[in-house]
Amino acid sequence: MMIFGSLGFTAPWVLLGLFALPILWILLRAVPPAPVRRIFPAVGLLLGLKDRDNQADRTPWWLLLLRMAALACVILGFAGPVLNPQDTREGNGSLLVLLDGSWAAARDWDRQQEKLATLLAEAGRNGRPVALASLTDLPREGLTFTSADNLRSQLAGITPAPFEPSPDNISEWAAGLADQDFDTFWFSDGLAYDHRNALYTALAARGAVTIFETARPLYGLEPVVTDQNLMRLTLRRLAAAGEEELHISAIGPDPSGREVALTTVTVSFETGADTAIAEFALQPELRNRITRFTIAEQATAGAVTLVGDGLRRREVALIRGADQEVPDLLDPLHYLYNALEPQTDILLGPVDDVLPANPDVMILADIADLAPLDKTAVTEWVEAGGLLLRFAGPRLAASDLSRDTEDTLMPVRLRSGGRSLGGTMSWGEPRRLLPFDDSSPFYGLTVPDDVSVTSQVVAQPGPELADRVIAALEDGTPLVTRKYLGQGQVVLFHTTANAEWSDLALSGLFLSMLERLSVASGRVQDLSAVALPGTTWHPDLVLDGYGRPVAADGFAGVDGAVLAEPTPASDLLPGIWRNGDQVIALNLLQADHVLRPAAWPVSARIESYENVQENPLAGWFFGFGLILLVLDVLATLALTGRAGLRGVGSASVIVGGIALILSLPSGANAQNTTDDSAAIIATSDVTFAYVITGDRGVDEISEAGLRGLSRVLTLRTSVEPALPVGVDPETDELAFYPFLYWPITSEQPALSNESIARLNAYMRTGGMIMFDTRDAGLAGSNGPNQRKLRDLARGLDIPALEPVPDDHVLTRSFYLLQDFPGRHRSDNIWVEAAPLGEEATEGMPFRNLNDGVTPVIIGGNDWAAAWAVNARGQYMLPVGRGNAGRLQREMALRFGVNLIMHVLTGNYKSDQVHVPELLERLGN
Amino acid sequence: MNQPTALTLRRDAAQSAAGLPALLAAAERLAQTVMPGVHGRRRAGQGDEFWQYRPAMDTDAPRHIDWRRSAKSDGNFIRQKEWQLAQSVMFLVDPGASMRWASHKNLPQKSHRAATLALACSMLLQRGGERFGLIGAEAILPRTGDVQIMRMAQALSNGEDTAQDFTAPDLSALRPDTQLVMISDFLGDPAAFTRAADQAAGLGARGVFLQILDPAEEAFPWRGRTIFQSVTGRTEHETRKADDLRDRYLERLNARKDTLQDLARRTGWQYHCHHSDAPAASALLWLYQALERASR
Repeated sequence: MMIFGSLGFTAPWVLLGLFALPILWILLRAVPPAPVRRIFPAVGLLLGLKDRDNQADRTPWWLLLLRMAALACVILGFAGPVLNPQDTREGNGSLLVLLDGSWAAARDWDRQQEKLATLLAEAGRNGRPVALASLTDLPREGLTFTSADNLRSQLAGITPAPFEPSPDNISEWAAGLADQDFDTFWFSDGLAYDHRNALYTALAARGAVTIFETARPLYGLEPVVTDQNLMRLTLRRLAAAGEEELHISAIGPDPSGREVALTTVTVSFETGADTAIAEFALQPELRNRITRFTIAEQATAGAVTLVGDGLRRREVALIRGADQEVPDLLDPLHYLYNALEPQTDILLGPVDDVLPANPDVMILADIADLAPLDKTAVTEWVEAGGLLLRFAGPRLAASDLSRDTEDTLMPVRLRSGGRSLGGTMSWGEPRRLLPFDDSSPFYGLTVPDDVSVTSQVVAQPGPELADRVIAALEDGTPLVTRKYLGQGQVVLFHTTANAEWSDLALSGLFLSMLERLSVASGRVQDLSAVALPGTTWHPDLVLDGYGRPVAADGFAGVDGAVLAEPTPASDLLPGIWRNGDQVIALNLLQADHVLRPAAWPVSARIESYENVQENPLAGWFFGFGLILLVLDVLATLALTGRAGLRGVGSASVIVGGIALILSLPSGANAQNTTDDSAAIIATSDVTFAYVITGDRGVDEISEAGLRGLSRVLTLRTSVEPALPVGVDPETDELAFYPFLYWPITSEQPALSNESIARLNAYMRTGGMIMFDTRDAGLAGSNGPNQRKLRDLARGLDIPALEPVPDDHVLTRSFYLLQDFPGRHRSDNIWVEAAPLGEEATEGMPFRNLNDGVTPVIIGGNDWAAAWAVNARGQYMLPVGRGNAGRLQREMALRFGVNLIMHVLTGNYKSDQVHVPELLERLGN
Repeated sequence: MNQPTALTLRRDAAQSAAGLPALLAAAERLAQTVMPGVHGRRRAGQGDEFWQYRPAMDTDAPRHIDWRRSAKSDGNFIRQKEWQLAQSVMFLVDPGASMRWASHKNLPQKSHRAATLALACSMLLQRGGERFGLIGAEAILPRTGDVQIMRMAQALSNGEDTAQDFTAPDLSALRPDTQLVMISDFLGDPAAFTRAADQAAGLGARGVFLQILDPAEEAFPWRGRTIFQSVTGRTEHETRKADDLRDRYLERLNARKDTLQDLARRTGWQYHCHHSDAPAASALLWLYQALERASR
């Protein structure tokens, strides 16, 4: 085998024949074309006429070229050309399969797994012991070499990690490698890491290293940056230089709570650029709902950026008392207004005006008491989760509020009058703030020296006071107290919100305190300001390597210090982290995270696993050579005048015919939406449809399966369906088909927003889709088909599901069935969950469930394969063995009949539950 | 050659007869297109039509006197008839193999066109009461009448077995004071037909050369390496570039036509070149008028 680039030759010696081509050229030039014998009565007149040019009538150069090309094709064909030759990897001795296993490898994980399986199978045939290691999950102790078959069974369990390998771990591991010889297959993700080359050197010292790298481009999304109303995201890419367009979606819950793409923008990369900017401008209602941004069609953790609370602009209500008409700088709300205005939406007005807007925070600055009605309303609002922030002031100090008994909307009881410090009439100095306690939400904020308090209201001591103080003065008197009320809280600053009683409101600390109280937010970028050493954070949800959010259970909390310097690792996954009320979005890619390509040593052997398909080309070469020869024949005929004009005509017909054969479309779509006749055909009879997956084998089976089912229906029931039709949900109208069979292949393209809307409408208006993952659910929830199904179904309006209950109408819509086998007999079949609380009546075999025909059935039993019949009515694929197999096929067909009955008659059979009652009424 | 059995005789007869009606029909159709004009000689002479009565003179034999007319007056009258001299027109249709060729399947062979023209012309002559005949291998003495037409047709459709490319005209059957129509492609040896023309002129015959050529012979549309061969295959000429020969060939062809023209001028004959893709009627009209002119 000789290999040039991606082209290999099995018999390279034949290529020497190419050297004979110049000789052929000379020979062909020397021999003139054969003469035509032509009858011509006037030959007598020609006798004696000599050719003026005694030179032979040369074969024209283009004809020579044609012949040479034909011969060259034949020679190349005999040399056995193979595109992407898969050379068998001979070798013995131990083998290390090393994966980068990072988020970047997720973009081509399936193909990597395929390649891995092939390599392991080969190693197994050669009897090589194999060890498997992933840089993101390095084995603690040295390498353990086991049999390849053993490893193959573990392959499916390996998933890409949502972080990058740590350089320290790599260098440590490289240094600690045992001194033994082994070859290495290294599946690289294409990103540059420190110490990668050191590891390469270490591995190369122990044996041959082959590196496999995907050529797919990699995309990363940096965290969102807000600028006024604009949200800006920076995209980065690697291994792609052309001009291209990507779609960035902002994902968040829609009003019904389902996660949908709230909006999508298109971003174009310029040629040669490796960054691009996406800009979103959304109204606050939508913007508050965004939970993350993703790059469409890029299933890696780096293509997702979570926003946490970052984008949420809180609504803060500043309550203005009726009698507060003072100059700006004395206005108790002035400082608050200016502090909060850049980051929050502020409502100004009396209580009964702002409360219907359901603000997140309500601030009462120096307002003593509220009207009784308002007070009840505010109390209810706080109990439902509101944050009431109160500031003291002269009016509060002068009032009797919370004097004798604790007021509901005050955290503590107050002494009368308050106190003044450091004034002209007092002995004391203005007091500074005590450093914050570690139980305080302000813990970690540095207290500046120049903040002092001259006046305050003083809390009445009590047993609960100590728990409620979250900030105090040097002498221990409470400065900020807090009380939980229902789900909400009431916080009191014992001083004013303006500069009258203290200069707290003038300091940066004030803003930080408000931020900590979650009054102000919107600064996600400086994690260090929020995540402080000593605080413990737990993940709410984390991303997996594919960038899908997964509920986080069983993760240990991490210290704030770790979170402040975020380097995602196995114990610090990207996700939403929470400490009490504070929420941080930890993203894989931080700002200015440049994606650098891995720089391998020049000597490294790098292979791609893009096209694993070996493609022999000999047939193409021979075919092309043959076409050239036909052309040569036609050209020769035309040249010697034997073909004439008619010959040229027929030649063009032949050439056209060849072109037509070559260009014949591989699969013909069954219908065209613009064509009314297709619609008429589809609606004149019951017609079932299957979704065209693009995989011809699967599509044929779907078609044959529905045909087989239709035949059985015709034979056994009064349903006589027309021939099934293949549809493409992207383009075809679905409304004509009561039933859509959807086999899942891992290669299916994702659905566009329009087709999702169309499918949702289809399901809402009574259509039923049966998703078939065709893998019997064996791969757990992580098989490629199931992953694909989840991807496809993400946007679909699929109700809550449950496994088919025993009394589901599917079990009795025609036959009485209890299991639903196809080619596989798994019990994992899911339908819409029955409404809660319906119990079977005494003596009735099933519950009274009359509503809600399930819009989807999800399973993996590969039903179409069990139903499939060919044109002669023979079953195409075997099911089971012997008698049991026959029985299973019969059951599969019966399930099909039940299914179609359910599709066509809905819950009609459920009405049987009323039969006794109806009979009784008839009897009376 | 085996003895002709009754069966083969009969088959051959049927075959010959099969071609006959077609030839006749074609000639008939062609002849319909020409309405012969005046036949009479406009003077007294042998004929069937009454011409005039004239007073009898001494030299007249008494049996010529028309007694019925003479009885009406004192003098004797002689009844004269119009002179209707039946001309003899002899056709010489070239039976050479070179005539049996057409460059395209939609074109008639030259020999077919020649035979059709000859026969159609005979029919016209028969209407005019002229006598006509055929000279050549199957000579037919000049006569008139339907039977003569049949005989002509028979002879013309039989004459297709010559193994010679070109035949020298055989004028042994030619009589003095007849008109001669030579239909040929005149592509053979020019000496042969010059000699024939001289011989005929010597006998006092006047005549017509009708040259029939295929359009391909006029255009020479061929290219590339070609071996040209005659119809019988006896003569061959090979060339590497046929298109290169074209000009010189056309030169020679025109020279041949000039020769014919000269010959015609010298002998007082008429010459016409007819192409087999042109309508036969035009050639027939020209032929008939040429015969008219010649007989004046």
